[in-house]
Amino acid sequence: MRVVVAQASQRGVWDWDFALEILPDIVRGLWQTVQATLLGITIGMILGLVLALLRRSGVRLISWPTAAVIEFIRGTPLLVQLFFIFFVLPSFGITIGAFASLVIGLGIHYAAYTSESYRAGIENVVRGQWEASVALNLPPATTWTRIILPQAIPTVIPALGNYLVAMFKDAPLGAGISAGGVLLVANSIRSQTLRGVEPYTVMGILFLVVSVPAALFVRYLERKYGYERT
Amino acid sequence: MATREPEITPAADVMVRMNQINLSFGENHVLRDLDLNVAPGEKVVIIGPSGSGKTTILRVIMTLNRPNSGTVEIDGRHLYHEKNNGQLVDAGEKHIRAVRTDVSMVFQHFNLFPHMTSIENTMLAPIKVLGLSKEEARERGANLLEMVGLGDKYNQYPGELSGGQKQRVAIARSLAMRPKVMLFDEVTSALDPELVGEVLAVLTDLAKEGTMTMMLVTHEMGFASEAADRVLMFDAGNVLEEGTPEKILRDPEHKRTQRFLKAVLSH
Ligand SMILES: Nc1ncnc2c1ncn2[C@@H]1O[C@H](COP(=O)(O)OP(=O)(O)OP(=O)(O)O)[C@@H](O)[C@H]1O
Ligand SMILES: [Mg+2]
Repeated sequence: MRVVVAQASQRGVWDWDFALEILPDIVRGLWQTVQATLLGITIGMILGLVLALLRRSGVRLISWPTAAVIEFIRGTPLLVQLFFIFFVLPSFGITIGAFASLVIGLGIHYAAYTSESYRAGIENVVRGQWEASVALNLPPATTWTRIILPQAIPTVIPALGNYLVAMFKDAPLGAGISAGGVLLVANSIRSQTLRGVEPYTVMGILFLVVSVPAALFVRYLERKYGYERT
Repeated sequence: MATREPEITPAADVMVRMNQINLSFGENHVLRDLDLNVAPGEKVVIIGPSGSGKTTILRVIMTLNRPNSGTVEIDGRHLYHEKNNGQLVDAGEKHIRAVRTDVSMVFQHFNLFPHMTSIENTMLAPIKVLGLSKEEARERGANLLEMVGLGDKYNQYPGELSGGQKQRVAIARSLAMRPKVMLFDEVTSALDPELVGEVLAVLTDLAKEGTMTMMLVTHEMGFASEAADRVLMFDAGNVLEEGTPEKILRDPEHKRTQRFLKAVLSH
């Protein structure tokens, strides 16, 4: 990052030139945050589905520990989990870079939530669909991949969209482990220039620029998938 | 390991053999010491008051409800048991699946796959279970949809079909598995009255064709007298009386049956 104008702190409460000058750095930071979010939601969606299926397992030795893990993840703050991955795991010989820690942490944290949405979606598939699958003697794998999940997942899409937006707003917590991202950039601009108004304001506005359209997109998904085809 | 040969009992004249079946839902003893044999190709209509266990019998044969005791054999093979060193033991999933291929069921509420077209509904199981190629499955499905009078509805989704059309797709979907035994649970009772006829016509054709064993729970007495070989009057978890359609529908022995028929026919 470039060192920004040192005398910035001597100007008024809001300095347009300064704001414009730091804009590219903040946009770059935001782009990192977006990347962490997109990677994180990908993990969250896949791992969440796996957790949901494990939790539904008829084998209690699988379903109970899965349920416990989900509750544990939901019961602890994301920031604590990030610290655990980045600062504690190395003591056990597992060292993961800061950005990767952020992505993994977001993914695991949100997987605990998406798994509950998947579970609700799966339970919403009417019993008759399972029974028809038996009446046609479909193998369990076919029943899941061709009958149950294709009906369950569309109903889960709006919830996944909401988690995507929520994750985007949680992703700046990566600053806590120096994982890059928009908040880390804004913090370092402030500490170097002793001006906080512009970096944090610009960051806030940029957040809105991304998350408002994202939220509108989620509304659209809700309309599209909110009711079922029968 | 599931083996095929040892389970065959010398009973070529029985397609479905239910032996001393008991089934309870909690305190509710639904099937009581039920013995029931159905011959290959036989068309059996099951009638009886609500809650008497008619649906449950079909669901036991379809493995949707497991009996608490007793045995079921399909074409000489045990459904819920397999032989292990000459002893009957609970069957594994693989064995059940192997025997169950001979059976299929059509439901009151169709249970079509809503995200698949008519033809896709008929193609999935033959491809995944019987190993047919896509082309073979498509041809088989198309012929069956043609047969049930839906030659122009291959690419419609269930949501775009009437109740009678949906039920005919469901029948075609089961037929595509070429089961030896087909179970029909009140397949016309969720339909508007003017749509009942088209489904009964398909069932009558199927029954007249001959080779398939059919068990139908229905209160369509006209259909029963035209298509059934045997009518079973069910009450309180067992067969109250049975006989040819003429016998049971015209001249039943039990008061219970007389009253039941009177109620159904006046309905
Ligand atoms: N899954 C279930 N759990 C608990 N009880 C059940 C279940 N399925 C059926 N029963 C009960 O078992 C009895 C027999 O039900 P079944 O559906 O076989 O009757 P039926 O003869 O088909 O009646 P209907 O003519 O109303 O369809 C009823 O008392 C019913 O309430
Ligand atoms: Mg019933």
